[in-house]
Amino acid sequence: MWHNLAQLPRYRGLIQSLVARELKARYRGSVLGVFWSFGNPLLLLLVYSVVFKYFLQDRGDIQPYALFLFCGLLPWTWFSSSLNESANVLVSGGNLIKKVLFPAEVLPIVSVLANMVHFLMGLPIIAAFLGYYMWIGPDTLEDGTLGPPRVAIHLAELVWLPVVILVQLLLTTGLALVVSALAVHFRDVRDILSNLLTFWFFATPIIYWWGWRPELKVWLDFNPFTHLAVSYQEILFFPENAFGHVWWLLALGAASIGVFLAGYWLFDRLRDSLAETI
Amino acid sequence: MTPAIELAGVSKIYQRFNRRHFATLKSALLRRSLVTDLRPDETFAALTDVSLTVPAGSSVGLIGRNGSGKSTALKLVAGITKPTAGTVTVHGRVSALIELGAGFHPEISGRENVFINGIMLGLSRREIERRFDDIVDFAELADFIDEPVKTYSSGMYMRLGFSVAINVDPDVLLVDEVLAVGDEGFTHKCLDKIADFKRRGKTVLLVTHSLNLVERFCDEAVWLDGGRKRAEGDPRRVVDMYVSNVAQQEDAFLSAADVKTIEGSATLAPAQAPPPPVPGVATTPAPATAEGRWGSGVVKIVEVALFDAAGHPAHVFQSGDPVRLGMRLQAAHPVTDFAFGIGIFNAEGACVYGTNTEIEEFEPITLEGDANVDVSFDSVELTEGTYRLDVAVHTREGVPYDYHRFLHTFRIKSRTKDVGVYRPKHHWAFSANVRIRPRA
Repeated sequence: MWHNLAQLPRYRGLIQSLVARELKARYRGSVLGVFWSFGNPLLLLLVYSVVFKYFLQDRGDIQPYALFLFCGLLPWTWFSSSLNESANVLVSGGNLIKKVLFPAEVLPIVSVLANMVHFLMGLPIIAAFLGYYMWIGPDTLEDGTLGPPRVAIHLAELVWLPVVILVQLLLTTGLALVVSALAVHFRDVRDILSNLLTFWFFATPIIYWWGWRPELKVWLDFNPFTHLAVSYQEILFFPENAFGHVWWLLALGAASIGVFLAGYWLFDRLRDSLAETI
Repeated sequence: MTPAIELAGVSKIYQRFNRRHFATLKSALLRRSLVTDLRPDETFAALTDVSLTVPAGSSVGLIGRNGSGKSTALKLVAGITKPTAGTVTVHGRVSALIELGAGFHPEISGRENVFINGIMLGLSRREIERRFDDIVDFAELADFIDEPVKTYSSGMYMRLGFSVAINVDPDVLLVDEVLAVGDEGFTHKCLDKIADFKRRGKTVLLVTHSLNLVERFCDEAVWLDGGRKRAEGDPRRVVDMYVSNVAQQEDAFLSAADVKTIEGSATLAPAQAPPPPVPGVATTPAPATAEGRWGSGVVKIVEVALFDAAGHPAHVFQSGDPVRLGMRLQAAHPVTDFAFGIGIFNAEGACVYGTNTEIEEFEPITLEGDANVDVSFDSVELTEGTYRLDVAVHTREGVPYDYHRFLHTFRIKSRTKDVGVYRPKHHWAFSANVRIRPRA
């Protein structure tokens, strides 16, 4: 396993070209092309905003809600699309694994990275939102004074953003390796996964605030993605200048290294059976 | 010289999994033994104890029937699968032409695919840039290289795939039957390229059904049969052994098929019998119809067999072999008006040859009880293919006693892959200014 893991950096050229191919191929032939990288999350955001603002009860304690939602939704899309694609990626890339000497772990890694690029392309949208709310400034209250700021960005918090992204990358890659290898042996994994992800989404504080129901908080803490979502929200959304979630994040980071290694180990164990089973 | 490829006591057992997966997954999760639980229900030995040494710079052909383990052996050498037992050692960079263009993405251009495919095969970006023009020229795709690959014809697709793989410039080239596809011209080009490889002292391992190619091209041939090595050595000798083995098996298969068709049409049906196409000649070229048997049954053909030079019954002959056709007859009562006819038809139903005793001006006198009729051919000058026989006994006017249409089959094999149905004896002569010689 360690030997194979050490080989991984040698494939970076391959991974790089495959990610580029994935991105190019995805929008080839569509009229709007790369616009969809921005368009997809925006439209998704629109749907959720409308639903939660007008149809379901508005949680007035969170303003502006759309920005809050976006801070959790964007990383979640990266996470869930990566896992869903990983469940198919070895089977659809079966030709490569069966007919060419090809490091199979590259395929789920490429899925994760391609989706990460989409995620990164969504960040400017958040920046635009932030800029907009900072520019219009805080509300004027009834007594004529200024209310608290809606949003605020602090450099001390922002430096943690790459760390959050890195932790998510490790966690997602580890899970993607597990999912892709298992999906070859048990095709059921794909269906189980897509349902599990739907549940997981609602069990993560993305559409609601982490502290919304204190009695549920204990349970939410068991969910690793809670800490990623809360980290993104604290850094990008909540105006307080203290990244209070940092210890959770670091603990999750340590756990993610474990998840990645365990995922790689499992993938490595199943590697030889892949070419024969697909 | 160090061997380029060495297989030592290699076995490969494929595992088949039955449909118990869901239960397995559930119980595996419950018992938390997912990895150890991935046990197969059934195993299949694709290769059993195969040892093989390919010296650097030589070309070896792997031959054998479908499912004999040739492709598995190639995949083991390529490193795509691992042997269950034994060791596989390969020295040098390997390029496997197992599936051309595996990993091309249909949506992106040929140019981008060349780069990605090259990287997959182990080239660096710079190496590909250097070889890019060669790759495109060889594939003859200069005009289309910026089009998405999905617009390519399957020929273009393969040309590009071959071109990338061959330009990886490996030390060991593995070729799996890929040359069977693609048009004639390109196949020749590929063969030239592979021959060029050979000249430059590289090692080639070739899996093919084209025995000709093995004889012409390889220094050595290895015959795999049912996952075991049956023979290795001089290509001509190994190919001959293989061909005669295949012939024996085909023979057994054809005689089994003959028994079946004759049993199936064992009852004569005079009432609904179609008359022979033209009275008097049992073997007139007729529209190819299904096999069948008809006639009054006064005289019956109870057995038809073909015999080789040694007098053994056979169904497979080499072109040019002597063949004897024997019929055993039974007359219910003595007849004085009779004639025997035969016809040979090719697979398309065209009559290759037909004759009968009337045409050849025999005068029937009497036929009674059990009798035998033989027709001997000094040499059957037919091209390779499967042929079907009509045999008949009928009146001089052509009213059938017993007519067997297409009930008997034989096969002609030939080293020369000439075309048509008939091979007139011939030889070539060349004047002084023609320099030409038989291929070694």
